[in-house]
Amino acid sequence: MRHLLSTHDLDRDNAISILDIAEDMASFGHRDVKKLPALRGKAVVNLFYEDSTRTRTSFEAAEKRLSADVINFSAKGSSVSKGESLKDTAQTLDAMGIDAVVIRHGSSGAPHLLAHSGWIDVPVINAGDGTHEHPTQALLDAFTMRKKIYGEDSRGKDLSGVRVCIVGDILHSRVARSNIWLLSTLGASVDIVAPITLLPHSIGAWPVRVWHSLDDALASGCDVVMMLRIQAERMTHAYFPNAREYGRFWGLTAQRYRRLNSETIIMHPGPMNRGLEISSEAADSPQSLILEQVSNGVFVRMSVLYSLLTGAKGQLA
Amino acid sequence: MTTSTLFLNARVLGADSENVLVENGRIARRGAPADCEAVEVVDVAGNIMLPGLVDLHTHLREPGFEQSETVLTGTQAAAAGGFTTVFAMANTNPVADNAGVVEQVARLGEEAGYATVHPIGAVTEGLAGERLADIGGMAASRAHVRVFSDDGKCVHDSLLMRRALEYVATFDGVLAQHAQDPRLTVDAQMNEGEVSARLGLTGWPAVAEESIIARDVLLAEYLGARLHICHVSTRGSVEIVRAAKARGVCVTAEVTPHHLLLTEEFALGYDARFKVNPPLRTEEDVIALRRAVADGTIDIVATDHAPHPIDTKDCEWDSAAFGMVGLESALPIVNKTLVQTGMLDWSAVARVLSSSPAEIGKASSAGSLGEGAVADLVIFDPHASRVWSTSDLSGRSLNTPYAGIELPGRVIHTMRHGYFTFHDGNLRDEALVAADAQKYGHLSSTQTVAKD
Amino acid sequence: MSATLLQSDDVTRALTRIAHEILEGNKGSSNLVLLGIPTRGVHLARRIAGILERIDGDTQIPVGSLDVTMYRDDLMSNPMRESALTQVPVDIDGKTVVLVDDVLYSGRTVRAALDALTDVGRPAIVRLAVLVDRGHRELPIRADYVGKNVPSARGERVNVRLSEIDGDDVVSVTSGGDA
Ligand SMILES: [Zn+2]
Ligand SMILES: [Zn+2]
Repeated sequence: MRHLLSTHDLDRDNAISILDIAEDMASFGHRDVKKLPALRGKAVVNLFYEDSTRTRTSFEAAEKRLSADVINFSAKGSSVSKGESLKDTAQTLDAMGIDAVVIRHGSSGAPHLLAHSGWIDVPVINAGDGTHEHPTQALLDAFTMRKKIYGEDSRGKDLSGVRVCIVGDILHSRVARSNIWLLSTLGASVDIVAPITLLPHSIGAWPVRVWHSLDDALASGCDVVMMLRIQAERMTHAYFPNAREYGRFWGLTAQRYRRLNSETIIMHPGPMNRGLEISSEAADSPQSLILEQVSNGVFVRMSVLYSLLTGAKGQLA
Repeated sequence: MTTSTLFLNARVLGADSENVLVENGRIARRGAPADCEAVEVVDVAGNIMLPGLVDLHTHLREPGFEQSETVLTGTQAAAAGGFTTVFAMANTNPVADNAGVVEQVARLGEEAGYATVHPIGAVTEGLAGERLADIGGMAASRAHVRVFSDDGKCVHDSLLMRRALEYVATFDGVLAQHAQDPRLTVDAQMNEGEVSARLGLTGWPAVAEESIIARDVLLAEYLGARLHICHVSTRGSVEIVRAAKARGVCVTAEVTPHHLLLTEEFALGYDARFKVNPPLRTEEDVIALRRAVADGTIDIVATDHAPHPIDTKDCEWDSAAFGMVGLESALPIVNKTLVQTGMLDWSAVARVLSSSPAEIGKASSAGSLGEGAVADLVIFDPHASRVWSTSDLSGRSLNTPYAGIELPGRVIHTMRHGYFTFHDGNLRDEALVAADAQKYGHLSSTQTVAKD
Repeated sequence: MSATLLQSDDVTRALTRIAHEILEGNKGSSNLVLLGIPTRGVHLARRIAGILERIDGDTQIPVGSLDVTMYRDDLMSNPMRESALTQVPVDIDGKTVVLVDDVLYSGRTVRAALDALTDVGRPAIVRLAVLVDRGHRELPIRADYVGKNVPSARGERVNVRLSEIDGDDVVSVTSGGDA
């Protein structure tokens, strides 16, 4: 594995390896000295074309804990916003002698392009591209589920037999895509709940079971409910009539939360629209792992950086 | 001074070898004796002779986008592909929506001499889809425009489309529609389907093309007007055109070489050389399109040659330009997808790549190899297979999607009006071609009109 | 070509001797913590602790594992290594820590272990116990307790099999191949 561009192309062994190494990273997270020297002397660029303080901060924490030198290159106030092409930026970074790029970009496929264009020859980590994928988010979600289910015995385990219900804007969600592929690879079964307007036209080709009613989906029993953020602009483009109706049919309201089995895990990739796709009662409940998702994000990203940046070039363990 | 060329052993339209004598810009004699008098004798050794190819859909980019292509470089690409006549789309800057621009483009073509250039006139002013362009003025100009199109944009407004069909018919023209419902394709990047969903690229659904074609054939039927559909790309569109033809609607349709060969799977690597409008579709669509050419539902193959500078392709998919160059590769692809598959013979290739597009565009001098016809012709070796590369291109831009793909056949010679534009696998010198064009340019109808 | 250096009994005898030497050097078992370097070092540490407890009556010797993967200086030149667990059962500040590994070779693993240990705490004394010392040090490091010194050529490979993982206890040397 040279790059992490998508979970679609991530096989089970590599996925489990990333999750297992993240377990080790988590074990370091509890001691006083959290910093590890593994990436000492390596320069990692966070190339963010979209604002995302959460994801950038998480990557930055991961890089710093592994002792890498961190270079933040954000689109705001840089040559990027002056119309410099991705190609020119990549070649500039290459000339600076960096060792890896973490890229967040509004265009689907930009990380793939960066990895395969020949403009730069370093590992590329996709931190979210357009409506394509967000692989580290899916990995941290899987890590969080596995940890909750298996605790200390998580190492080596997959998610066979786990039922995950993903609710919301599947059509525009890179988190949903990455989760669907990864969860399937790890043996989980995936249920999707959304109005038809927010599903890809060809959803039939995906390894998922589709529901239009959240109540029916929840009543059928699932181990994890993952709520996706709904963007306000979808209303103006006629994907659904208004926020009230969206919340009524597809929100994890307090009433729906109370009907959940007490073992059901609640997740959300953040940032949340409280009162729209998720009620505060559900988000702040003991069943909610939303804050664990955030802390696990750092361990999973450490694991990804470690896996891609160590080892002789071209060799994989 | 008489110029003459004797072609020995030419398989005219794929039939048995014969000798063809060209004199003073015309086909003088078919089945000529091998020893007849000629200034130049060319043994074509059993290769195929077709009438010079006619492209009803070329973007020459001049005026306005000369960094992509000019009339000169675009017609050089045409000559290298065996084309002797091209119809130049109107989406230049300024737009070809008045007599001044179309006359300029025609004149540049005459001077360059690599191909006969028929400018296409815009349907609406500035391609804005609001008011009709100077259709009559362009038809009556020295450029003698007979094909009108807003290509790049769809004439979407139904009332405007009705008026345009009627008004174009008034001047004996044909409206070539770029069928794309703009609202169903907002931000569209590639064919809508499983691949677009996985790649996270906004889909361009087949129905956005089919719904416009359905409406337009109904309008054409109601009005009794002539309608041409550009770059048909879906199985559903084929069905609509087939049904319309069965009812007697005066509709013709074209398909591009890339839609006959490539599928949406080529988008998987986010390589923007495969980004085109309408988008590459599915295997099922490709098969339906090939069958439609074979059974005559689709009348012609047209390239939609769309040159773009490298920066507009070497970038993120959603910021990349739509389009690919296609003049040089058209005949090898038709060979691969229609001839080698047994769906067309060479005389049918001459129909879909020469006589039918000439007829649709009213380029009366083109498309024939009969005695007395203007000597526009191409010699093609169907067996000379090669891996395509940008060095096979003669235009200004390099955005070919076929680099690295093996394509069968090679254009050996292209002759326009009795003189070579492409000779023995090489473009002929610009100055020589321009000089020959001065002597023989009058043979094609545009120039005849231009003289009065 | 493989030659056996230690049989099961030899391994037990060697570990017993190491245990006695540790007690001697430490003047008893108080304040001792044994940290094995994964994977086989951890099992050896557990065995030594077991022997110590038998010799010294009812004291419990804390045993843990210290993964050194993140501290290695060859992370960039070898295939990516999967890390293992670090488990330090007690506060090691002021303690006598005995690092335990199966084979001492270049000394780089031990160097990494010393770095890793620094991030865990500040022991009063750090000692090193190994089952086999095969020579060829690349760093100024030596073991305090050695089960067996095995002069070896660089091209040879020293294999340690332990019953906990491999089903039996054997130390052997294989020639050639891995040079
Ligand atoms: Zn078009
Ligand atoms: Zn076009």
